[in-house]
Amino acid sequence: MMLPYALVRKNDGMSIRQNVANVLACAYNRSMHDHASNPDRHPDPAARRAQVAAALRARLPASCVLSDPEDTRPYECDGLAAYRQLPLVVTLPTDEAQVLAILDVCRQLQVPIVPRGAGTGLSGGALPIRYGVVLSTARMSQIKRVDPLARTAVVQPGVRNLAISEAAAPFGLYYAPDPSSQIACTIGGNVAENAGGVHCLKYGLTVHNVLRVRVATIEGEIVELGGAALDAPGLDLLAVFIGSEGMLGIVTEVTVKLVPKPALAQVIMASFDNVVTAGNAVADVIAAGIIPAGLEMMDRTSVRMVEPFVKAGYDLDAAAILLCEADGTALEVAEEIARMSAVLERAGATAITVSQSEAERVRFWSGRKNAFPAAGRISPDYYCMDGTIPRKQLARVLAGIADMEQTYGLRCSNVFHAGDGNMHPLILFDASAPGEFERAEAFGAAILALCVEVGGTITGEHGVGKEKIDSMCVQFGRKELDAFFAVKHAFDPVALLNPDKAIPTPHRCAEFGKLHVHHGEVPFPDLPRF
Amino acid sequence: MGTIERFQERVLAAARERQPLCIRGGGSKDWYGGAPGGAILDTRDHAGIVDYEPTELVITGRCGTPLAEIEALLARHGQMLAFEPPHFGSNATVGGTVAAGLGGPRRASSGATRDFVLGAKLLDGKGDVLSFGGKVMKNVAGYDVSRMLAGSMGTLGLLLEVSLKVLPRPFAEATLRFEMDEIDAIRRLNEWGGQPLPISGSAWCGGQLALRLSGAEAAVDAAMRQLGGEAVPDAAAFWMKVREQRHAFFADSEPLWRLSVPSTTGALVLGGEQLIEWGGAQRWLRAGGDAATAQAIRRTVQSCGGHATLFRGGDKRVGVFQPLAPALARIGARMKDAFDPAHIFNPGRLYPESA
Repeated sequence: MMLPYALVRKNDGMSIRQNVANVLACAYNRSMHDHASNPDRHPDPAARRAQVAAALRARLPASCVLSDPEDTRPYECDGLAAYRQLPLVVTLPTDEAQVLAILDVCRQLQVPIVPRGAGTGLSGGALPIRYGVVLSTARMSQIKRVDPLARTAVVQPGVRNLAISEAAAPFGLYYAPDPSSQIACTIGGNVAENAGGVHCLKYGLTVHNVLRVRVATIEGEIVELGGAALDAPGLDLLAVFIGSEGMLGIVTEVTVKLVPKPALAQVIMASFDNVVTAGNAVADVIAAGIIPAGLEMMDRTSVRMVEPFVKAGYDLDAAAILLCEADGTALEVAEEIARMSAVLERAGATAITVSQSEAERVRFWSGRKNAFPAAGRISPDYYCMDGTIPRKQLARVLAGIADMEQTYGLRCSNVFHAGDGNMHPLILFDASAPGEFERAEAFGAAILALCVEVGGTITGEHGVGKEKIDSMCVQFGRKELDAFFAVKHAFDPVALLNPDKAIPTPHRCAEFGKLHVHHGEVPFPDLPRF
Repeated sequence: MGTIERFQERVLAAARERQPLCIRGGGSKDWYGGAPGGAILDTRDHAGIVDYEPTELVITGRCGTPLAEIEALLARHGQMLAFEPPHFGSNATVGGTVAAGLGGPRRASSGATRDFVLGAKLLDGKGDVLSFGGKVMKNVAGYDVSRMLAGSMGTLGLLLEVSLKVLPRPFAEATLRFEMDEIDAIRRLNEWGGQPLPISGSAWCGGQLALRLSGAEAAVDAAMRQLGGEAVPDAAAFWMKVREQRHAFFADSEPLWRLSVPSTTGALVLGGEQLIEWGGAQRWLRAGGDAATAQAIRRTVQSCGGHATLFRGGDKRVGVFQPLAPALARIGARMKDAFDPAHIFNPGRLYPESA
């Protein structure tokens, strides 16, 4: 199983590291003022490592603490493999008491903590901090109970997303959010990133499907956000916690909602000879009062990229194809498929095929779900973006991206969660060709700038992490960033949980501002990225 | 001077003088939560729909926009606010609706107010206008502050503008009625909840269970055949009465408690009549509003994993909302300090201010 890496080197991981070394040096230099990771505070790294490891080993079983670089190497990056950093120590707690012990040690020694689930994230959210501890919840992987009558499951954070649905399957239930990495990603990470998936237009994001999280705070307390009921008293801190990228607390247990598995699902594959027509067809489906279970679009570049690899039966002559799924009872699906087919036909579809079996439905989806691995087959490297736009702006954004392909001399394929406006342009490049990585980065920055310009956002579901932290300075003003820090302070007054991620300091934004004037040659100077 | 500038002046002056402000729209929910106090800041000066495109499934309105105006516009386009917020008065505003965070019969199947909040503009206690979230379905840039404003009772700031996700109205809707006792109703509702049935509302009261089905015609028809019961013609008025608490159950003058519990919680014997909604997860109780009753109700409900709100009437001194665990209260208090450092907004409306 290939995991969808945002930035993947097909053959080996080393050369890309060399290629991007200059770029990353820039990023790391700029984070030096951030106190927690300031190397100047620890003139003797080996001594600091020994000190932190010893303190942790005094409280945890030996198997839960890794400090030899050979052992910690696998934790040096997450799914954004171009960003790497060895941590001081990696901890692998197996229960809540051990999580509290780790937090206690780190608080006393002022060591920053980077929480980590399966490490499949695409924005560097689990990128270690040089003088920090990685807290992996991977070993907290127990499904504590599945309550079929209440339609809930109580799980530890290291339980894989798909494992929840597997445990619920005997009861005809499943956990709805299905990020592409669901075979590997964990619920703890899903909570941190507010993960979505291809069915979230109808079934919602993580925030809509989690009832309760149990959290260990940096102050050493256990708090429960949400509850077993549908709501909880007081401020809705659960809503803020979900998607907080590991910066507010460590999840030790999650209660998720389970929903009945639909009896049947069928998907329509519709071809269009123009991407704009396809985009308008999406609006027509919504205008007709239909919320499809899935509504995805792929452009010609994507279709031609995946078809030889997956043999999904896609129309190679189409400028774009739409996948529209209906689920429910057999009669319900028949009604919705008929309704959607009529709308798509009126909207100018050149061909419409409805899956006639579960195998065929899975085959139609396989192309979409394998877009990332397919990119890895035809291009040495690719870079995945994650902007969301108001859907009506699709034509403008796609035209803009097509122009940028010329400007940057790179190809870009577009897969699109068309129902909810979440775009995943894949920029294809070769990091071993001089300057291509930098061009890919600038291309990505330009796409994000365009997303913000048309009223969208720099990240729909992958998170800000380390990757897009400078872009935050563009989407938000100083006052909003201050408010975010105040929110963090409410949970983490000592600023030790995943510091320097997701929310840039005013200082960082100021430096970023200087930098962007300095590198003024970027076509969208409002949003350069290193 | 625009309304926002006038609001800013009011806020800055109030913060300077430490004079509390009572953020108020139509006043339709003045009775809900801790008693309002302070000088009234009328949000109705800031009204109007800013943006609505049906195919984007998003509507953006200023705080003082009448909720009725928003719902009428959505209805003209075959759409709705799927959390079915109760108005509790013709003058309800969208700002107050979000601040109260209440949900109607469809809440259990479609989601709560916070599930539909996509973005918000907030005037904080420092007089700054902050923008959180946006007008798109998926947005994970920064903490999701806008969802937290739902149900915050205006204690974090003045909600200037809010973007809400909207949904199409169902193609078909039908209501079934069953003669059923409380224990059976709770059990059946939970069993049905685990099946792919298009249930969009439930209300049990006095031995009768009403069940609403919404969705594709075929789905509603099939569910009706499967479930049996007696079809109730023209049930829209019934669900409106439940939503707006104009159902006969609510006419009583005894204090009204809202019990939010896990849906599978068995019948709760608390010495009063109940109306059960949300598949068993929301139970309305007519019972005393005195300290001893409050304590008994809260203890029972908490032991089931839920919480109790003294919704209407009674003695607010017993506490309107269930007391929070100390660690949670501390995080909440820091959140309040962050957005409203001078504690001017709706003091005591959510929890009593610690002096």
